[in-house]
Amino acid sequence: MKVAVIVFPGSNCDRDMYHAAGEVAGAEASLVWYTDTHLLDDVDGILIPGGFSYGDYLRSGSMASTSDIMNKIREHAEKGKPVLGICNGFQILTEAGLLPGALMRNKNLSFMCHQEELVVEDNETVFTTLYDKNEVVRFPIAHGEGNYFCDEETLQELKDNNQIVFTYKNNPNGSVEDIAGIRNKAGNVLGMMPHPERAVEALLGSEDGLRLFQSMIANWRSSNAVNA
Amino acid sequence: MQLTHNMDSEKIEQDRLYQDMGLSDEEFEKIKTILGRRPNFTETGIFSVMWSEHCSYKTSKPLLRKFPTEGPNVLQGPGEGAGVIDIGDEQAVVFKVESHNHPSAVEPYQGAATGVGGIIRDVFSMGARPIALMNSLRFGPLTTNRTKYLFSEVVAGIAGYGNCVGVPTVGGEVQFDDSYEDNPLVNAMCVGLINHDEVQKGIAAGIGNTILYAGPPTGRDGIHGATFASDDLAEDSNKDRPAVQVGDPFMEKLLIEACMEVIHSDALVGMQDMGAAGLTSSASEMASKAGTGLEMNLDLVPQREQNMTAYEMMLSESQERMLLCVKAGREQEIIAIFEKYGLKSVPVGKVIEEKVFRIKHHDEVVADIPVDSLADDAPVYHMPSKEAAYYQAFQQIDVQTPAVNHHGETLKQLLQRPTIASKEWVYDQYDSMVQTNTVVTPGSDAAVVRIKGTDKALAITTDCNSRYIYLDPEEGGKIAVAEAARNIVCSGAKPLGLTDGLNFGNPTNPEIFWQMEKSVDGMSAACKALQTPVISGNVSLYNQSKGKSIYPTPVVGMVGLHESTAHITPSFFQKTGDNIYLIGETKNEFGGSELQFIQDGKYEGKAPHLDLTIEAERQEKMLSLIRQGKIQSAHDLAEGGLGVALAESLFSSEALGAEVTLTGDATVALFSETQSRFLVTVKPEHQAAFEDVFADAARLGQVTADNQLTVTANNEMILQEDAAALKALWKGAIPCLLKSKA
Repeated sequence: MKVAVIVFPGSNCDRDMYHAAGEVAGAEASLVWYTDTHLLDDVDGILIPGGFSYGDYLRSGSMASTSDIMNKIREHAEKGKPVLGICNGFQILTEAGLLPGALMRNKNLSFMCHQEELVVEDNETVFTTLYDKNEVVRFPIAHGEGNYFCDEETLQELKDNNQIVFTYKNNPNGSVEDIAGIRNKAGNVLGMMPHPERAVEALLGSEDGLRLFQSMIANWRSSNAVNA
Repeated sequence: MQLTHNMDSEKIEQDRLYQDMGLSDEEFEKIKTILGRRPNFTETGIFSVMWSEHCSYKTSKPLLRKFPTEGPNVLQGPGEGAGVIDIGDEQAVVFKVESHNHPSAVEPYQGAATGVGGIIRDVFSMGARPIALMNSLRFGPLTTNRTKYLFSEVVAGIAGYGNCVGVPTVGGEVQFDDSYEDNPLVNAMCVGLINHDEVQKGIAAGIGNTILYAGPPTGRDGIHGATFASDDLAEDSNKDRPAVQVGDPFMEKLLIEACMEVIHSDALVGMQDMGAAGLTSSASEMASKAGTGLEMNLDLVPQREQNMTAYEMMLSESQERMLLCVKAGREQEIIAIFEKYGLKSVPVGKVIEEKVFRIKHHDEVVADIPVDSLADDAPVYHMPSKEAAYYQAFQQIDVQTPAVNHHGETLKQLLQRPTIASKEWVYDQYDSMVQTNTVVTPGSDAAVVRIKGTDKALAITTDCNSRYIYLDPEEGGKIAVAEAARNIVCSGAKPLGLTDGLNFGNPTNPEIFWQMEKSVDGMSAACKALQTPVISGNVSLYNQSKGKSIYPTPVVGMVGLHESTAHITPSFFQKTGDNIYLIGETKNEFGGSELQFIQDGKYEGKAPHLDLTIEAERQEKMLSLIRQGKIQSAHDLAEGGLGVALAESLFSSEALGAEVTLTGDATVALFSETQSRFLVTVKPEHQAAFEDVFADAARLGQVTADNQLTVTANNEMILQEDAAALKALWKGAIPCLLKSKA
């Protein structure tokens, strides 16, 4: 499976994502600078990493969401191929309208970084099939603006369509309904604030995130075997 | 072109305008001799920043020479952007600490943020990728609104910059004492990783080569920042806010990535960051180090504001700027790399044979100075030194054992002292995990960062108990180095070397200079005994306000190497049934202790004694046992002594307990701050092997499953506390102080 890790000016988890998806989980990963849009033509999955794209100036994720490469990413998503946005990547996906809602400042107004327990609410997305439903996993969080918000109508839609993928066991940032990660209706676009790419090696405190990348790779393999 | 003999050069001398820039009469005379004429306004400014304490170390140089700076693994000692130590496999670690005290006192957010930005640039200008940040902070007690504001904003500034730039802040230390009330200390340390063949130097070599300016345009911020940092903090220091720079971590992130690409181009000759004294210091130092001269045209320098004078441009400390020397004719290759990151880079000058620093502006020569005179001819002062009167008095005091009626209550008091209490409120705001290498996150004796692609890891710590150094600068200086090394060893690593962040008061006061001299003596002795050379450092003087000086605070930033990640040892107790040992005898030493301050409201008497031979021997034995896998956990005994160390060892998520039995005076055993002690746990099956090596270690008891800390002394249970309750007090102390009304 070929995956591209998008590098915007100010991305800073790009090499971590590359390491997790490629070196640890075994995907064929490459780092793609945001102007090299043609490099997305033959990839099977797109990973948008965390960081502070464009310094988070204006609003987190807003500047990156209007860059040319987002058109390619949108096309890719419409084809049903996997798109994963983590932390700043999640913010970019909501700003780009690929996922509903918005990420506001944490309720205590401070950046926070530590391990959090998450509940796997939906194990039927291409990113979560290797988890059990309602399984509790440990991923680090590291964000100042991770307080997920959407209006009631959208929230109802998220619930009706099983779009809530991860929730916090102990809500750290004020997110509505403890939401930590959501998917699009089709299920191929996942955005989440916690960092699975920081949880792929026991040495660093948790390897619960590894199965997220392994799920993505396994599902690609099986669907490609079927197609072939 | 003719040198403009600025009309005002006569006026500068007559009205002694140079004094406003921090130059003395003698220094001005020396400049006249060097130039063979009066300096103009721009030249006076250039000399004043280059000869400021901050850039020239003119009063600290004689002391810095005492530090051992060489060792078998040292690839680069003091003198470049940062020091470099070999860690094998053609890799090396690069690190340095730097202070940003005065800026942080007047504008805490930006002061701290730009301190972080500056030290990161020092490291990547060497060609190294920054992999970890640490800090060492000092504030007054958290009782006034001003101190709470300074503390909160400094932490927010460090977080705001470090998080955005993508370098994890993996640890640090914070202490609170009255002496820092008006003059907080903000020392930031950066650690980088480099391949041997990528080490860069800040040199402008090769006649005719091009000097390239990279980064955002120059503005009027931070003018004379180096001079501001070289004087007492005045009561009206708020007027110096314009001397504080404003940081842009996004720009820095782009600059890091661009420079990481640039170092792989053989068109690059040298690079240096524009730190203190901006263009002036970077350009003149690059030429001076290469034995060349340098000519620069200020009309070519990107400018953010209109009508900037040569003086303003040369002294601006606008952030996130780099100066590069590039092979003539190959500028475009480098410019293209910066362009990829949206950064501007422009040729502003060239390397010349004549060893002068020549600056042109609007078709006039505005400065023409023998380049070596700025660095080499800076005055060196041997300041008078006098043993402090308070020290003589303290040596006569026989500190008594504090009277403690309820050891549990005293332990609770200690755990809530801000200096001892959990710093989670601080480090939770730092991204400590980005780059996915952080094995031991903030809150342990030392942070541990693994090196991808190897089985090795680095241990990093910052340390300095300034109360001991105040009581006895020499003994305290030894302790600062020894404790840092102890922290590294407890984590399972071998100490490699250190960077020193020397923070003192006004050196023209002979008693302050004596503190400097003695603490450097103590540190040097410890460096020799523990084989930890000083590879880089920073000096911050004039840390006093309203006539009150800070405690002498020579911060030690130390790095150690884990040869295998299997050696990484936690500081928390691990398993029920493990044996708890105390290594090192405990004496009646309460001078400078937390308990002394709780009871007396002051620090006095003798500092704890440190025997370097014993310290070195114990550290070596500890390391060898850890490498053999005989130690389950190891914790250094520091503020609050054994009592605090025992409690902290239970503050992991495992909810373990401990049952220990002490001998002798219970108060001494629990709370004395005697040095060179370790609290370790050992599996029952390794008991014999451990006792073979540490025959005199005291077996205190066992790790239990009940989450209680139980202490028996002289057949009487003197303490039984619920560990979870102790942890709650320890964790809640700082948030509680911040919320309480002043």
